[in-house]
Amino acid sequence: MSHSEHERDKNYPDIAPGYERPEGHDAEEGIGTYLTGLGLATLLTAVSFFIARTTLVWQPSIPVALAVLAIAQMGVHLVFFLQITTGPDNVNNVMALFFGVLIVLLLLGGSLFIMAHLNQNMMPMDQIMQMQR
Amino acid sequence: MSGIEATATPNSFGEVRGAGDLEHAAGRLMSKRIIVGYGFWIFLLSDIVMFSAFFATYAVLVGQTAGGPSGRELFDLRNTAIETACLLLSSFTCGIANIGAQAHRGSWFYGAMTATFILGAAFIGLEVQEFAGLVARGAGPTRSAFLSAFFTLVGCHGLHVTAGLLWLLTMMAQVFAKGYRADILRRMLCFSLFWHALDIIWVALFTMVYLMGAAS
Repeated sequence: MSHSEHERDKNYPDIAPGYERPEGHDAEEGIGTYLTGLGLATLLTAVSFFIARTTLVWQPSIPVALAVLAIAQMGVHLVFFLQITTGPDNVNNVMALFFGVLIVLLLLGGSLFIMAHLNQNMMPMDQIMQMQR
Repeated sequence: MSGIEATATPNSFGEVRGAGDLEHAAGRLMSKRIIVGYGFWIFLLSDIVMFSAFFATYAVLVGQTAGGPSGRELFDLRNTAIETACLLLSSFTCGIANIGAQAHRGSWFYGAMTATFILGAAFIGLEVQEFAGLVARGAGPTRSAFLSAFFTLVGCHGLHVTAGLLWLLTMMAQVFAKGYRADILRRMLCFSLFWHALDIIWVALFTMVYLMGAAS
């Protein structure tokens, strides 16, 4: 637990540990984080929509660029909106996030890999139809 | 509060022997808010894993149009851009609402929650309009495997947003009726996490489904 929280607990000895303070926190400091996040996310979204339809760049690079922009934007959302940080309170959250990302990658990558190979090894559809007659 | 009462609280798993030890114990115990946030974060990750299965299904079936229309002919990127703007702004206003709630500022909380609801409802309205248009054009979920996967993936996200809107109204009612109690504020934290996670899924969705569909 952070030092500052320990400090605050000293001021409220009547409250059981682990309970929130009854009065509010500073509100203004949080707004700045959200504004930064909104700005970055808007920028990345705008670039995504621009890249998708432009003829200025080499066409096969577009899906890769879109994927990179999307991953960057998810990172922005995690840091500035969900406020996943590297602080000591957040170690569990970050570990869970890594595990989730691992499962998502296995699911997506595994499905695409297996289905692409099945498609490649399968008999063309018209031949299957002929065999069924 | 005496030490006995403190040990009776559900999350004080440290040794709390007396009032003198409370200060020491506070250094070791995690706040309830952090534990609740962690638990809800695990749920959100499981929800994201479920979505990744729908994403994988869509990616496998995207080419199987059965002679029907492909994404390139169906998707209207202008509509998608407006939807994206609605959801991104609602994510921002939801964050403001959470800050307002934690700071016990009614005008911030109610104002930002109302804005979040209007933006979320606009998103759902646009999506329903798009779905109705597709069905009217004969491109409903029964047309091809591609469209089945499309309606499942996008529809599932839409259902999540709809559930989020109901939750939003519930949170406003709870704060109105019960005030800024600690348990209500923890629920508000969970709601804002949920709403931000929906926006993250929408980022993956508009990129993979709409932008890549229209570009390829």
